[in-house]
Amino acid sequence: MSDRQQLAGLNEDYASRYGFHDPEDYLLKAPKGIDHAVVEMISRKKGEPDWMRAIRHQALDTFLSLPMPRWGNQELLGEIDFADIHYYVKPKGEQARDWDDVPEQIKKTFDRLGVPEAERKFLAGVTAQYESEVVYHSIREDLEKQGVLFMDMDSGLREHPDIVRKWFGKIIPPGDNKFAALNTAAWSGGSFIYVPPGVAVKIPLQAYFRINTENMGQFERTLIIADEGSSVHYIEGCTAPTYSSDSLHAAVVELVALPNARIRYTTIQNWSTNVFNLVTKRAHAHRGAVVEWVDGNLGSKLTMKYPAIVLRGEGAHGEVLSIAFAGHGQHQDAGAKMIHAAPRTTSRIVSKSISKDDGRSSYRGLVQVLRGAKGCRTNVECDALLIGERARSDTYPTMDVAEDDVSVEHEARVSKLADEQLFYLQSRGLDEDQARLMVVNGFIEPFVKELPMEYAVELNRLIELEMEGSVG
Amino acid sequence: MSETPRTVFACRDLRVAVTDSETGQAKEIVHGVDLAVRAGEKHVLMGPNGSGKSTLAAALMGHPAYRVQGEILLDGEPVADLPPHERARRGMFLGFQYPVAVPGVPVATFLRAALAARRGREIPVREFRKELAAAFRRLDIPRDFMGRYLNDGFSGGEKKRLEILQMLLLQPVFALLDETDSGLDIDALKVVSDGINAAAGPDTGVLLITHYQRILDHVRPDVVHVFMDGRVVRSGGPELALELEERGYDWLREPAPAGGGEA
Repeated sequence: MSDRQQLAGLNEDYASRYGFHDPEDYLLKAPKGIDHAVVEMISRKKGEPDWMRAIRHQALDTFLSLPMPRWGNQELLGEIDFADIHYYVKPKGEQARDWDDVPEQIKKTFDRLGVPEAERKFLAGVTAQYESEVVYHSIREDLEKQGVLFMDMDSGLREHPDIVRKWFGKIIPPGDNKFAALNTAAWSGGSFIYVPPGVAVKIPLQAYFRINTENMGQFERTLIIADEGSSVHYIEGCTAPTYSSDSLHAAVVELVALPNARIRYTTIQNWSTNVFNLVTKRAHAHRGAVVEWVDGNLGSKLTMKYPAIVLRGEGAHGEVLSIAFAGHGQHQDAGAKMIHAAPRTTSRIVSKSISKDDGRSSYRGLVQVLRGAKGCRTNVECDALLIGERARSDTYPTMDVAEDDVSVEHEARVSKLADEQLFYLQSRGLDEDQARLMVVNGFIEPFVKELPMEYAVELNRLIELEMEGSVG
Repeated sequence: MSETPRTVFACRDLRVAVTDSETGQAKEIVHGVDLAVRAGEKHVLMGPNGSGKSTLAAALMGHPAYRVQGEILLDGEPVADLPPHERARRGMFLGFQYPVAVPGVPVATFLRAALAARRGREIPVREFRKELAAAFRRLDIPRDFMGRYLNDGFSGGEKKRLEILQMLLLQPVFALLDETDSGLDIDALKVVSDGINAAAGPDTGVLLITHYQRILDHVRPDVVHVFMDGRVVRSGGPELALELEERGYDWLREPAPAGGGEA
């Protein structure tokens, strides 16, 4: 079966994988920019409890008082104009745009990926919903029987205010950084998941199955709590390009893995290249818990994202496995943070980046071992692949270790796509594009093999598109 | 019915130059080589280190670092202007002295792509698996090779076996083997030699580049060429290799030619 056939087959069940229904019609109009009046209106329209409204207002003050990050790509960060952004949740009907307005490049990529018609329009923001499907309901029934809560964050707040109140902003306080503060003030959408003790959720939960929510909102807010001994795999995003005219996306994702629980959070994002993708992701791993961030970043103009895990209980384990692809005009500034706050905790960071043309990727990482956290082990591997003479890669690793009894390994490699590799493959009949693609696919293989099959196939196909016409 | 077998490979007045990284000047390393290999023949090209043997091999395969003048004919067709992959698809094969590692690419994935390129069609998985398993058995290669990453962390002997395996699968019209015998223990040498003998069927010509006599105990050459300072200085039968073994190269050395260089 050719790749194209595989892809075609892959897409047959796409419609059934989407299950949006029952539109919520937020008829909100607000001017651009954010102030207390806007925050008040967002909260009132959603009918939120007073405590959440108070959190929003307080977070707005924090946002206004915090400076922009003084590190990272200052030039690109300087382009963000907070006054020129809509902060309210737009009604879906008004968000829809004309298919004719969708850029040609995006349409072409849909074609090549074989994205079905209905889905294209959704991804491009032309339509917001699909017919609901039986599949969705059966999955939902299974989850309900197990006591798993899986809904959009707004519904989570409405239906389970106690759980939300207990954890919201506890992992990532609004004052953590300017963008987390902004998200806390203006959040809308995102997922809320609670898995009861001892429950293993067999199928990966995907954002696609949520109802009534923006799949990928500007300020989405996700909270996942895995209670003792439970396990869950959550997948967000998709490999098809996500066209958005909103230029700023500042999501916050909080994970709580209670003792011996297990959370894997897989993200594949491929924003259109006008987007600033500034995301704060952090997990708390309690005793014996395991948290894994699997994070793939393609697209966007500037991504700044450093999934973090606080290993706060003895024997907890954390992993961050990420790839970034920076093509023309893009800067992927990604990495990881591991805080070893308890004895015998272990962690692993594998970060891979590909920079092509004048694309730029940075690895920014922090590994911290706090006093008293004896017997910890950590392993960091950064691998950068440069394609072409103008591509750029930087590494900013920080190690802060307050204990002696610790095993720390760090490896960083920057390699150029080697002529000798290309010649070897060409001497076996692969043309230059095939050879280059094979080297790149090999490079990201350790990441791809962690993905569910359909995502792996899509990601490989997408990398193939990104690599087309590249000059080595 | 004894027709003369066709000439599968020939080069005429082949000159190979490389651009000197310091001076930016083109520097000629191979100074006009003529060779002709017929189907079913095994030729050996022997020469001391630094005589330009590997340069010759890489240039024949189309390595972009070299500037080539003169004619290269594969199965009677000129290929000197074709990129490496076109030469490969038409049946030229280069066994590398130092096979290159491509991390993350499973051997099976690579082989299937190479086979598809050579045959001009996709190879169904079942057919491919069967063929691969047979070739693995023949070369005494463990099956777990298929899932390993291409040449990544391979021992010298493992890399050479994989080169021979590729040659067997791709069924070249003309196989160039660059020092395929170097760095092998005696068992591996036997396996590699058997592979070369198996690949050099009636439709394939082989040019084995080496500076050791010992592989010639296993691979019986039809023609031996002595290559020194970028030139073929003598050609003869198998007895020439024995003579080299006894006397070394110096008796063949011409007065140092002007402009002759190291490779």
